[in-house]
Amino acid sequence: MEHPHRPQPEGLYDPANEHDACGVGFIAHIRGHKSHTVVGQGLQILRNLTHRGAVGADPLAGDGAGILLQIPDALLREEMDSQGVELPPPGRYGVGMVFLPQEPASRIACEQEIERAARAEGQVVLGWRDVPRDSSVLGESVKRIEPVIRQIFVGAGADVTVTDAFERKLYVVRKRAGHAIQALRLEHGKEFYVPSFSARTLVYKGMLLADQVGNYYRDLSDPRLTSALALVHQRFSTNTFPTWDLSHPFRMIAHNGEINTLRGNVNWLRAREGAISSPVLDHDLDKLWPLIYPGQSDSASFDNALELLVMAGYSLAHAMMMLIPEAWEKHSLMDASRRAFYEYHAAMMEPWDGPAAVAFTDGRQIGATLDRNGLRPARYLVTDDDMVIMASEAGVLPVPEDRIVKKWRLQPGKMFLVDLEQGRIIDDKELKDALAAAKPYREWIDRIRVRFEALPEPSEAREPSAVPLMDRQQAFSWTQEDLKFQLLPMARDGEESIGSMGNDSPLAVLSDKNKTLYHYFKQLFAQVTNPPIDPIREELVMSLVSFVGPKPNLLGIDEINPPMRLELSQPVLDFEGMEKLRHIARHTGGKFRSYELDICYPVAWGHQAIEARLASLCAEAVDAVRSGYNILTLSDRRVSAQQVAIPALLATSAIHLHLVAKGLRTSTGLAVETGSAREVHHFALLGGYGAEAVHPYLAMETILAAGEELPEGARGGQGVKNYIKAVGKGLMKVMSKMGISTYMSYTGAQIFEAVGLSSALVEKYFTGTTSTVEGIGVFEVAEEAIRAHRAAFGNDPVLAGALDTGGEYAFRVRGEEHMWTPDAIAKLQHATRTASFETYQEYARIINDQSRRHMTFRGLFDLRVDPSKSIPIGEVEPARDIVKRFATGAMSLGSISTEAHTTLAVAMNRIGGKSNTGEGGEDRRRYALVKAGETLASRLGQERVMRDIELKEGDSLRSRIKQVASGRFGVTTDYLVSADQIQIKMAQGAKPGEGGQLPGHKVSEYIAELRFSVPGVGLISPPPHHDIYSIEDLAQLIHDLKNANPRASISVKLVSEIGVGTVAAGVSKAKSDHVTIAGHDGGTGASPWSSIKHAGTPWELGLAETQQTLVLNRLRGRIAVQVDGQMKTGRDVLIGALLGADEFGFATAPLVVEGCIMMRKCHLNTCPVGVATQDPELRKRFKGQPEHVVNYFFFVAEELRGYMAQLGIRRVDELIGRADLLDMRRGIEHWKARGLDFSRVFHTPAMPADVARHHAERQDHGLEKALDHRLIELAKPALERREPVAIDMPIRNVNRTVGTMLSSEVARRFGHEGLPEDTIRVRFAGSAGQSFGAFLARGIALELIGEANDYVGKGLSGGRISVQPSPKFRGRPGDNIIVGNTVMYGAVAGEAYFRGVAGERFCVRNSGAHAVVEGVGDHGCEYMTGGTVVVLGATGRNFAAGMSGGIAYVLDEDGGFATRCNTAMVSLEPLVTEAEQEARLPRDIWHLGEPDEAVLRRLVDNHARHTGSARAREILDNWTDWRGRFTKVFPNEYRRALGELAAKGRRIAA
Amino acid sequence: MGKVTGFMEFQRLAEASEQPQQRVKHYREFVGHLSDDEAKIQGARCMDCGIPFCMQGCPINNIIPDWNDLVYRQRWREALDTLHSTNNFPEFTGRVCPAPCEAACTLNINNDPVGIKSIEHAIIDKGWEMGWVVSQPPALKTGRRVAVVGSGPAGLACAQQLARAGHGVTVFEKSDRIGGLLRYGIPDFKMEKQHIDRRAEQMRAEGVEFRTGVLVGDIPSASPVSVAAASRLTPEQLLSEFDAVVLAGGAEQPRDLQVPGREFKGIHFAMDFLPLQNKVVAGDTVGNQILATGKHVVVIGGGDTGSDCVGTSNRQGAASVTQFELLPQPPEEENKSITWPYWPLKLRTSSSHEEGCERDWAVSTKRFEGRDGHVTALVACRVEWVRDDKDQMRMIEVPGSEFEIKADLVLFAMGFVAPVGSILDSFGVAKDGRGNARAATEGRGCYATSVPKVFAAGDMRRGQSLVVWAIREGRQCARAVDEFLMGCSDLPR
Repeated sequence: MEHPHRPQPEGLYDPANEHDACGVGFIAHIRGHKSHTVVGQGLQILRNLTHRGAVGADPLAGDGAGILLQIPDALLREEMDSQGVELPPPGRYGVGMVFLPQEPASRIACEQEIERAARAEGQVVLGWRDVPRDSSVLGESVKRIEPVIRQIFVGAGADVTVTDAFERKLYVVRKRAGHAIQALRLEHGKEFYVPSFSARTLVYKGMLLADQVGNYYRDLSDPRLTSALALVHQRFSTNTFPTWDLSHPFRMIAHNGEINTLRGNVNWLRAREGAISSPVLDHDLDKLWPLIYPGQSDSASFDNALELLVMAGYSLAHAMMMLIPEAWEKHSLMDASRRAFYEYHAAMMEPWDGPAAVAFTDGRQIGATLDRNGLRPARYLVTDDDMVIMASEAGVLPVPEDRIVKKWRLQPGKMFLVDLEQGRIIDDKELKDALAAAKPYREWIDRIRVRFEALPEPSEAREPSAVPLMDRQQAFSWTQEDLKFQLLPMARDGEESIGSMGNDSPLAVLSDKNKTLYHYFKQLFAQVTNPPIDPIREELVMSLVSFVGPKPNLLGIDEINPPMRLELSQPVLDFEGMEKLRHIARHTGGKFRSYELDICYPVAWGHQAIEARLASLCAEAVDAVRSGYNILTLSDRRVSAQQVAIPALLATSAIHLHLVAKGLRTSTGLAVETGSAREVHHFALLGGYGAEAVHPYLAMETILAAGEELPEGARGGQGVKNYIKAVGKGLMKVMSKMGISTYMSYTGAQIFEAVGLSSALVEKYFTGTTSTVEGIGVFEVAEEAIRAHRAAFGNDPVLAGALDTGGEYAFRVRGEEHMWTPDAIAKLQHATRTASFETYQEYARIINDQSRRHMTFRGLFDLRVDPSKSIPIGEVEPARDIVKRFATGAMSLGSISTEAHTTLAVAMNRIGGKSNTGEGGEDRRRYALVKAGETLASRLGQERVMRDIELKEGDSLRSRIKQVASGRFGVTTDYLVSADQIQIKMAQGAKPGEGGQLPGHKVSEYIAELRFSVPGVGLISPPPHHDIYSIEDLAQLIHDLKNANPRASISVKLVSEIGVGTVAAGVSKAKSDHVTIAGHDGGTGASPWSSIKHAGTPWELGLAETQQTLVLNRLRGRIAVQVDGQMKTGRDVLIGALLGADEFGFATAPLVVEGCIMMRKCHLNTCPVGVATQDPELRKRFKGQPEHVVNYFFFVAEELRGYMAQLGIRRVDELIGRADLLDMRRGIEHWKARGLDFSRVFHTPAMPADVARHHAERQDHGLEKALDHRLIELAKPALERREPVAIDMPIRNVNRTVGTMLSSEVARRFGHEGLPEDTIRVRFAGSAGQSFGAFLARGIALELIGEANDYVGKGLSGGRISVQPSPKFRGRPGDNIIVGNTVMYGAVAGEAYFRGVAGERFCVRNSGAHAVVEGVGDHGCEYMTGGTVVVLGATGRNFAAGMSGGIAYVLDEDGGFATRCNTAMVSLEPLVTEAEQEARLPRDIWHLGEPDEAVLRRLVDNHARHTGSARAREILDNWTDWRGRFTKVFPNEYRRALGELAAKGRRIAA
Repeated sequence: MGKVTGFMEFQRLAEASEQPQQRVKHYREFVGHLSDDEAKIQGARCMDCGIPFCMQGCPINNIIPDWNDLVYRQRWREALDTLHSTNNFPEFTGRVCPAPCEAACTLNINNDPVGIKSIEHAIIDKGWEMGWVVSQPPALKTGRRVAVVGSGPAGLACAQQLARAGHGVTVFEKSDRIGGLLRYGIPDFKMEKQHIDRRAEQMRAEGVEFRTGVLVGDIPSASPVSVAAASRLTPEQLLSEFDAVVLAGGAEQPRDLQVPGREFKGIHFAMDFLPLQNKVVAGDTVGNQILATGKHVVVIGGGDTGSDCVGTSNRQGAASVTQFELLPQPPEEENKSITWPYWPLKLRTSSSHEEGCERDWAVSTKRFEGRDGHVTALVACRVEWVRDDKDQMRMIEVPGSEFEIKADLVLFAMGFVAPVGSILDSFGVAKDGRGNARAATEGRGCYATSVPKVFAAGDMRRGQSLVVWAIREGRQCARAVDEFLMGCSDLPR
């Protein structure tokens, strides 16, 4: 094989960053009746999931697909018989499906090892079979790496009596053989892989497209091949190095999703090795290690873990509940014994957390479970002839409606299990109740759990330090800003403080200041491949519970004396808590014993001492654990003039990993008592590297000493309490950025990357963490700590009475450096206002020259200039062409003023660049070209403009880039149609992984109008796009948007972090036309400081990785790459181009040109120059002019041309990706920066010359297959002459995004107003694919008979959708699902009627549509800001979370609605009669100005009319009976805003 | 950070001052300081900018937002500490600084800047009032000795810093009292001299020795700079006795105007005129004081020294006071969009102008008329400034614009060109193109002159400038000297 089996890391590309997600499904005969039909149907499901997978550069190369079946005894028996091998009876022989190297000698070596292992385990090798295959179906790139595929047959040994025991033996054989082959260290040994090895199941899979599976494996079309179940999977990988072994199904599972906590889970499993024992596996257990090989995919690792648990004796369901528990921690409605079950197991296994729909089987049972958030779709149906079909989508297999008895979905945390032996479905409740009742977990928990908080207060007094507080603060590099921006606000408000604008201070490794080690780590965050979580609105899934102390035996299934456990409700210890822990033996009768490790050492020993000290500490920790201590506390409280502290993070990680390696980590708890921790990021790091509890004594002492710095109510103990609360909230935010819900699985999960640390340091002490550009080593880390220590205890008069000034958050002379200096701002403003290129050059020098001020990585780059190649500047592409590559950043109208926003748009349109709406919609009035004599005010309206701007004829106020962010504010069809580019904001540089919030006071009438909301009502943007939880969801949204505007290019905005290149490759494969890589330092209107400072990495890294990965994958040509993040000068553009960018985004700099002076007060609405404020008075002060912005971009282009002339490059296209022209600046004196090494950043992959290095091709969006072409054709009379048309059509699940292209035609012609109602009526029959009726325009009505999948009515823009079941379907609509998840997400206007139950997240972020449904899943009406929702049935939990507008009317039949509703922002009121309402509620605050009764009744009536709902009919017929059972969900903000608006109206009238 | 919306709610407040007709009757300071409440409101206007341009605009980088906030919160003592952390003598700058910080204030972009100087003034006055300004003698003495030549703001700041670092510091001053221009250049009505005395007292307690009436080096007899030194020391003496010498003697050489009639009596440099009045105010008896009483006074030069001449002349009872400036009249309002945050050229009306004075711009003196060897009139013409082909601004006389004005007393206040050359020469210190001591301000070895052990700071190094620049240089030079003596320094720059 010429292609390596797995690609090796190269440059910044690392295959370890691959992600996948996909479509999964199964079919099973409940009574276990085997047939070939089931196999055929399984394959058909697979084919119908094709659109959920992806293809790479080679259209015949899929990312992988496969099918898992029961052992087809008949087929195999006959086949082997023909070879002269007689198979023992079923259950007495096992089949190993084996991928073998093509190279014959290696293959034989592998085969021999398997046989040897089988014999060694006392089993009988029966023979081999070559699996018949048709390789001609494979793509060329796949063929090259196609393995030899053979099946081995192993008979049960004499001492094996039952199949379960035989399965265990086969398992051991497989593991043994695998280890043995690994040990041979053959080059081709890596190609060896065993997809399955079982007496019950067999897996056929490979690097195949969905429809290739059945053709490739000839067995699959052999009628002798029968099975009662078929589990299938279609993979979508983020890049094109999928391999044969990475495809699913694995031996027991097929997984759709992503395990976010993988590294921690794997580490913890490894940590258990030393302390684990299994009564079932007994000595065989030792043969299994290592259980998980490094670099395995998350699904493979998960499969390994599940397999271990099952082999060790847990039932399949039990094991799944341990790995993916429900969110039990805050589930007040959960049955007590089930809670106890989860709680008991929580200490044994950290949740494998992340979006996951896992289908699993052992050949006897088949089932599926969903993660606690319900982030993956899974629909199932049951027929009256005992078939069960489950898949990521409904409609994957045509089943006559009249056979179906139940259509449902998998709900968050729920499990669905079919037992083929028992011949029945075991539902979630029965299953879990039985398991929960199997052992007295409740009683056990009560006995073994020690609630830390419930222990008596310690009698021991804290040992006070003799060293003054300030000296100690200084020893840990505290600054005045730590108090001002972090500690005091947290103590005062109980939450982190907010800042704005970007980060323009240097990375820690470049800083002249003494930075803490914490500064060298950047938080990772979820983008595309998995979603972040909203820890506030979806708090019910979050948990900070931490266990300190030894962990129970994972495989102790017959535990008779479980060990005690110490449970903390959250990981931050106050003074009492720390003393309690220190003296824990006294409080727990010696069951826990605490041992303190002093991490300080004599400063006189110098920085070299740190290495040996760490080694000694590790050894001491091992000794302590071995001698029976089961809680270790690392402490630096003895820091003094003589004793310097090892950075607590370093000591924690070193000891944690050492204990993991020694297999002792689960025998002890690990707590850290440190003066260094003060901000959330620090706690996150300590936890992420292994600390189960942290006591930040210095932070707490500081709060106690703050006195008048804090308001009265927040002094002393209350301040400490608030601080702990703030840290907890912050931790949840950091965890949720990565989509992790529990502190337990976050502990040790290492969700960080290092920037500026040497790989030697990282490999030794932070094993597994990425560090791409090298940096300081362990001695420099010590040196930095010692420098701070010396300053603290030295004679510096500046530090005699005060902390260091800081200057990290706000510019301070003698503080930290900033790119934006006062002079830089002044020079830029003067230059652009006077059109002076000389002054611009002064500005550029300040920014570019980092010979003395080290600020950015690019500042340390040098150009490899060959003077002989230089050309006259006149030969370089003209500036007017270059500026077309420039765009301004996504800044919403809301974050910046109308004046500032439009000025940018006008300027960018003048130069042919692009401006970006940001996530706030756009005023239609801006779309048409400007006519002579018009001004901004004459166009938009005098009352909307506070400072007029003169315009020229032909100017355009339209933003060419329309952003689609998670809030979907103002995202209508009309808006999308007006775009040249549609940008999907996956993440924002300033706060990746977080949502946003526009506070009510900033929502002016104008902004409310554009966002379709109510003035004064706060608007929340959720952290995730609720229609993008994985890469294939993103592909779907891209498809939707492309349908909404086929003429626009689709862009995806990502933020630089390790692995972003791989994500970008996935984005390219998902058919995005454009991708933006933003640096971590980008700006924001408001974000917690820790996000601005500590999440994401510089774009230099992310961009280089993106370029390298795309080129390696041959995906670069299809996609344009834009870079943004603190772009300021032509040199920045140059570096961006050399590292691989086609286009360049600027945000802060053009704002500065408009007058921004980096006040960093955007979040306070007090911008004194009218840029980032909505205050009318302040907006009058705006001074920006489009001309200034134009000048700026021409200056930047001109500067770039100078560099290009020097390099001898004429066109920007020739510049792109020429990282070979970059070099590290020589002679860097800086003691920290010296260790940096950019060779991986400058790497250019060696690919053939014909592989594109810049944007040169087009994506194939496959729109030609859309049903809409036919619809548009048929709707011509309506589109051309407004004549009503009616259309009838069948529909299938592969018909996605139906109605959207038609809507774009309507919007293009008629705008948001659309056509009169019902002008275009389309009736469909069947199962509609995803995004049915997305962005449906007014005047179109889609009527579906059948069912629909996820995202129905996404972005509904005025149209009407109705869905009702087939009349043949016999199920009761209220008990059956009719539409999928995330229905009506971001709907703006229109109506929808669903006769049946909808999935999770119904009407999220609805801002004006009206919907009726007969039941909804969890999180209904979340973040809703307008419109009306009627639920004529049960709701799931967390209804109305974050709901600030609109009204929901919920039929509360069981009276339990209040417990399922999140009432943080809403009030529940009874629905009253019109007369009562008149008496009780002022008319001003009536929803839609009408009585609730009238609104509700009309909608129910419509529902009956459009769907024929019997339920609606019943209610209408007995209105007075039913009316009283409705509850009105009234958002508090909405009520207040309605009142205020009315009051304002009255004032104006008066 | 003051009050978030303070800048939108409150207006700039001026310090209360005595009416011109009252204040010209005496030589006392006539500007009061803000009350606590007023200062609070002024502090509330500060926006706590993400980039405090004021701090950059201030040569000594006063941490203005911090003390604005502290004053807003009425935490005066901490405000004083913060102020003192960058500024040795806020009572000087709080009175006589033209406040480049306020020009740089972001509120100044489109509003009136925060009254930073008035807040500084209020803080330090309160500090003295409350007895919070105390001496800070060093914990340890280094045993090293430093001579500081010149006791103006640069020399004093340098001396204080060095003393606090533990060095033995001796300040040499050729005049009879310390203070340099602060003492004899700035009239009492701008800054009363007890402020200097009080500081000197503090510094003595910190170990600084002052030796007045001692001239270091030599001054040629032809020098316009008057010397009343009783004793004289040679550079060699200093260099042998001290481990380092700091030259902080100012730029005293005034700019002259050599036109016909220059030799008439009644034509004086401002620095011949102003010091005498200060001595009188100090209680000295001065023979032959140059007085404006009853005279028609013409002040040539439109800067601060010119203003001081106007104010002093009015107090002495001049019959008329006229001030000429060679450059054209600057605009009343600068174009802030292209000047901010830098110091703008704009029409500035000083308190002395308010007290009565004719001002005229673009006027060039052609000659003096005289009688009996005494000046009687000044003949001048109007000039126009044009850009020549070398892009230089050039002055041309407006034809037929010559005019004559009565003048009994003419005061030259056209600035200072250089330090008195002889002192630099006597040390053998290399000079820059403008005749100032050559020394860098950044990097290792900054402020060191070409002669080992000899440093230079203030006007003597940078040429004539503001008090606040002198303090900056004194402080930075002190750090350089400390580093030179000890190998490293904890003194802030």
